[in-house]
Amino acid sequence: MRPFGVYVHVPFCASRCGYCDFNTYTAAELGGGGSQAEYADTVAREIRYARASFGADAPVAETVFFGGGTPTLLPAKDLVRILDVVREEFGLAPDAEVTTEANPESVDAASLRQLRDGGFNRISFGMQSARPHVLAVLDRQHTTGRTVEAVAMACDAGFAHVNVDLIYGTPGETDDDWRASVDAAIATGVDHVSAYSLIVEAGTRLAARINRGELPRPDDDVAADRYVIADETLSAAGFEWYEVSNWARDDAARSQHNLLYWTGADWWGFGPGAHSHLDGVRWWNVKHPTAYAARLAAGESPADGRETLTEAERRLEDVMLRLRLRDGLPLDRVGADEVDAMRDEGLLTIDAGRAVLTLRGRLLANTVIARLVD
Amino acid sequence: MPSDTERAAAGRTDPALIRNFCIIAHIDHGKSTLADRMLEFTGLVEGRNMRAQYLDKMDIERERGITIKAQNVRLPWTTDGVEHVLHLIDTPGHVDFSYEVSRSLAACEGAILLVDAAQGIEAQTLANLYLALENDLHLIPVLNKIDLPAAQPEKYAAELAHIIGCDPGDVLKVSAKTGEGVPYLLDEVVRQVPAPTGDPDAPPRALIFDSVYDQYRGVITYVRVIDGRLTTRDRCLMMSTGATHETLEVGVAAPEPTPRPSLGVGEVGYVIPGVKEVRQARVGDTMTSASKPAKEPLGGYRHPKPMVYSGLYPIDGSDYPVLRDALDKLQLNDAALVYEPESSVALGFGFRCGFLGLLHMEIVRERLEREFDLSLISTAPNVVYRVAMEDGGEVIVTNPADWPAAKIGNVYEPVVDAMVLLPTEYVGSVMELCQQRRGTLKGMDYLSADRVELKYVLPLAEIIFDFFDQLKSRTRGYASLDYEPAGEQESQLVKVDILLQGETVDAFSAIVHKDKAYAYGTAMASKLRELIPRQQFEVPIQAAIGSRVIARENIRAIRKDVLAKCYGGDITRKRKLLEKQKEGKRRMKMVGRVEVPQEAFIAALQTTPKTD
Repeated sequence: MRPFGVYVHVPFCASRCGYCDFNTYTAAELGGGGSQAEYADTVAREIRYARASFGADAPVAETVFFGGGTPTLLPAKDLVRILDVVREEFGLAPDAEVTTEANPESVDAASLRQLRDGGFNRISFGMQSARPHVLAVLDRQHTTGRTVEAVAMACDAGFAHVNVDLIYGTPGETDDDWRASVDAAIATGVDHVSAYSLIVEAGTRLAARINRGELPRPDDDVAADRYVIADETLSAAGFEWYEVSNWARDDAARSQHNLLYWTGADWWGFGPGAHSHLDGVRWWNVKHPTAYAARLAAGESPADGRETLTEAERRLEDVMLRLRLRDGLPLDRVGADEVDAMRDEGLLTIDAGRAVLTLRGRLLANTVIARLVD
Repeated sequence: MPSDTERAAAGRTDPALIRNFCIIAHIDHGKSTLADRMLEFTGLVEGRNMRAQYLDKMDIERERGITIKAQNVRLPWTTDGVEHVLHLIDTPGHVDFSYEVSRSLAACEGAILLVDAAQGIEAQTLANLYLALENDLHLIPVLNKIDLPAAQPEKYAAELAHIIGCDPGDVLKVSAKTGEGVPYLLDEVVRQVPAPTGDPDAPPRALIFDSVYDQYRGVITYVRVIDGRLTTRDRCLMMSTGATHETLEVGVAAPEPTPRPSLGVGEVGYVIPGVKEVRQARVGDTMTSASKPAKEPLGGYRHPKPMVYSGLYPIDGSDYPVLRDALDKLQLNDAALVYEPESSVALGFGFRCGFLGLLHMEIVRERLEREFDLSLISTAPNVVYRVAMEDGGEVIVTNPADWPAAKIGNVYEPVVDAMVLLPTEYVGSVMELCQQRRGTLKGMDYLSADRVELKYVLPLAEIIFDFFDQLKSRTRGYASLDYEPAGEQESQLVKVDILLQGETVDAFSAIVHKDKAYAYGTAMASKLRELIPRQQFEVPIQAAIGSRVIARENIRAIRKDVLAKCYGGDITRKRKLLEKQKEGKRRMKMVGRVEVPQEAFIAALQTTPKTD
């Protein structure tokens, strides 16, 4: 049986951040069947629909991941209810990893306790930065102190694993700001850190401000410097990179759910705009919560499009995803000459029959992938 | 005494009734419209059948509103009760084709000097006017567009009178658009233009003033008979080559081709000599009879000489055979076009092409793209240099790649006598431009209180580098330019190479004056720095004269290209991005280890390098 995971998209935020282009909506933007109050019921419908489509051989979920949006904008009981439906329909593996994303300001001790009691054992906070002026540019509502508290409360509540997300390269951020943010993230006591370079997505408020000249455009060389700072600082604190943008204290702290994406496993994504993958077939749901709810209410699949991957596409994805991992890409899947050339250029090392990116190679992963699949 | 109609019959027209004339005018001054109106008034073409500008046959000509290839037409016109035969010989209207203009003029006894009554005379008209005077043509000054509100007929009549030395009252006034004054002008052509003279009993001599390729008939030559009689009974002989050909057909254009048994003294018509390429029947050549050949050709024949060279490459390398066939076909109809295969590290396989000038180059390129559906990239145009070597040898350079590496003695470049007509207020700015372009002032003449003629000797190479655009922008479009070859001059010229990571990129090499080498080098290097994407390694861009580097830029090595996030919903998008990159990589050209997108070459070559 292929490993199987469940993703639940929660497309709600209290307010939209200027840099964000995710499929998410504020309360004011939604009405009808797409509302937050009815969301758990709507998703439950899709879970049952999915279960029915498997017939007799439904897989057991090894991981469940609630992402958004801001999942914790829903009452904890709604998240728990959705998890219950997953458990009832698919069943959870005995040591299943169950994660939710959260904003530091959207949780308290009681809600964290409720989530923990309901079966969640991993939580991921959007910390982004420890510097108020950086958070301001990102339109984030919380303070650094709030993240520290939230992580402490999550540990108290019994979450086995806690992650914080960081963003580097925000206009106005200095190298020192960034060092301070990484240090602060480590100091919270989490066992996992994700760090992403800020991408200015077309159509966002941030893009408009940069185009108007109000903010400087993020620079790739600066981003490269920040990445190196993050890797050095986290390594020194006992973290190890296991994916290009993810560092964990130990193997157990790695995100099992995200590893499913990077190893070509199966997952079903529930919710508006969510993507799914089953053995070389990918599909994605309609994006708008109201349209999504309407489809399910009518007993129809909410899928908006699908693709069946060709052998070449599967191979490209395999190289593209596995190469991002510290575990590397088995050498038998690529041409030896190019691997040797890139090892000589300092982009790769060979470790136990696998090609593993060097620090420089991680920054130039696109080039490495393109050369390997050429 | 034969009747008037009999005397005017095509093929045996009494020379006393013939008037051969052309119209000298600037682009847009209404030459083609006037020609159209003449066709209409003489009853040759019904108004309702009138295709606007009947005589301009090529699409490009019609679109650009200019005449590239001369056409001619026979017009019957009765003046003072006598039917006459007018031959209108249409002339090309651009400096690139001044030789063809001169041959058209040589076929005439008179010329209408047509000037826009709202704009006054332009440099090109003035240049052709001088050519007409050299050919002893009788001039009839005419102001056109007198119906325009902006027309200033008195002012420009005075200007014309000053230039050709006549009375302002002699300047005719017409509106080609409405037809006003056109019949009177035709009468004046009959009255003023001398009838042709020639020896009807001598061996035939006819001037070929145009030669075009027709896919059904082969080459059609347009001729003016000077002496004797050309008939289909005799084979014809081209006096410049000595080759003889069957005379398949002789006739007149009225305006459609109408076969006649022969053409006599003074008549203008066509001859189909049964050849496939216009090079076999060249403009300016003298056609005679093979059985009774003339002893001496008519004077003035000149072999067309390319003045400007450029490399033409298909953007899609697999189109190379299509380009080759297309050039072969164009050459059938263009005796001045020369080309030979060349290859470029950056651009692949293409052709080094020689043109009469910039317009000729643009037209050829446009025809190749339009008629043969090709996408082309052309290298920066250059002129022909003569390099005298230290050891006494000599190298003719039509391609920067052929520039000798060492032991160069003196270098000579072609120069032109340029004439610029402009409003007086812009004189300072235009003189500054000519100065920057290494011009030498030869004279300055006030045509009227507010218009000046400037005469300069300028290197041709400076003119083909966006000179005209600069001139137009400095004078808000009011200046006009004409020039003609004026030999060569010794100059301090150097070849500037552009190197990427130490590898010369042949397409960017240029021959420039040593004082401008630095400007060219820095401009090109900084442009390429913008256009070439960052690579895994640092890429130095250098501009060098020989081994001496004169400018340098660096493309810093790329440090980061990874997408930070790649979760479930990102995978499809990311895969497609990679596939697109792979596709793009196929269009990359390798210069050494450096990957250069073809778009970068195109962008770098398309904008004319500014050297000032």
